[in-house]
Amino acid sequence: MPHDDPDHPHSLLPSDPALRVRALETVLTRKGLIDPAALDAIIDTYENRIGPRNGARVVARAWCDPGFHAALMEDATAVVSDMGYYGRQGEHMVAVENTEAVHNMVVCTLCSCYPWPLLGIPPTWYKSDAYRARAVREPRKVLAEFGVTLPEATAVRVWDSTAEVRYLVVPQRPAGTEGMDEEALMDLVTRDSMIGTGLAVSP
Amino acid sequence: MTRPHDMGGRFGDGPVIPEAEGEVFHEDWHARALAVTLACGALGEWNIDVSRHARECLSPADYARFSYYEKWMAGLADLLVQTGVLSRSELAGTSGGRADLAERALQAGAVPGVLAAGGPADRESKIARAFGAGDAVVTRRIAANTLVEGGHTRLPVYAAGARGRILRCHGTHVLPDSSAHRLGDAAEPLYAVVFPASELWAHPEHPGDEVVLDLWQSYLQATP
Repeated sequence: MPHDDPDHPHSLLPSDPALRVRALETVLTRKGLIDPAALDAIIDTYENRIGPRNGARVVARAWCDPGFHAALMEDATAVVSDMGYYGRQGEHMVAVENTEAVHNMVVCTLCSCYPWPLLGIPPTWYKSDAYRARAVREPRKVLAEFGVTLPEATAVRVWDSTAEVRYLVVPQRPAGTEGMDEEALMDLVTRDSMIGTGLAVSP
Repeated sequence: MTRPHDMGGRFGDGPVIPEAEGEVFHEDWHARALAVTLACGALGEWNIDVSRHARECLSPADYARFSYYEKWMAGLADLLVQTGVLSRSELAGTSGGRADLAERALQAGAVPGVLAAGGPADRESKIARAFGAGDAVVTRRIAANTLVEGGHTRLPVYAAGARGRILRCHGTHVLPDSSAHRLGDAAEPLYAVVFPASELWAHPEHPGDEVVLDLWQSYLQATP
């Protein structure tokens, strides 16, 4: 039952997007179908509580702790759940690790699937047509737009998130970080390095 | 055969514009749009596959001109009317009292639990695994839903008829082609399948590059 009625109901709402959202929120609140306080709680969760520092802690710990690293690569869902990082859009996690031989990069060409409990709400570029269209066909040109150039010997493996499995890239640990602890290492792990459009920062 | 969301490999979209890590929502209405959509999802009138398909059913012209959260709003409005949660006149703001469904409205106190619970997609299935890691497979020649004409599928056009090999099995997961049309979960084995870039693109950037997609067993056939 694809809904190909040319007279889409959404055209009944105001065309200005901010007014459109307000109109929808007003109607749904009047009907008792949404609670504005619940909306505030959802926004607070993703604005202040869940974001890429969660993923950075996972990566930093994997760099420091060989046992944790092995468990993460074996069953990421269980390991990050134990750290409290589970929930919507992170129900099935797989960690993929960058090496000298392979650089991993994640996209969702069909929509914008992204590991929310570990990285939060995706950045605008991740949801853009340009990234969705190009990341699978010309990842190196896309990487160049993020200022990343890979060695000639490194292959790129792009993961198109077509199911409910979400991928976390474990970037390479930068040289010269041998003595650093988990908290200090976390600062080197950028959001983009866990999507694969960036590298971890050198100290 | 395609819908406008299926854009992997397309030419002409211009540069990707990086952005700093700190800013989550660029406009207040983006945050409201996300929250309204999640709160409505909690009413339980549709699943994630139905909601994805609603966005995909936007006209190509609307899909192209709408920003990300405008697509969410439009898909949500269409879905609310399609499922009978709102009438057209209620959506237009010209009528409406309290809905029976209101007893299921997501309350603020329940938000952390609902977001933390998620919605896992793995299910028991009687369908046995047909492939193991390393097996050579080929995807469907035509990237289309075989149950419903113009229906939802997660095989992108760029990967149709492509030869790859099984990287790993993720267990048995809900089949979106069925679930998006309320035909049941129809869970079956789901695999990560790796394809050489040269199998997908006429001008791959590098001979070692690969693309991995998560694909359901019914999308795949064994190949010699």
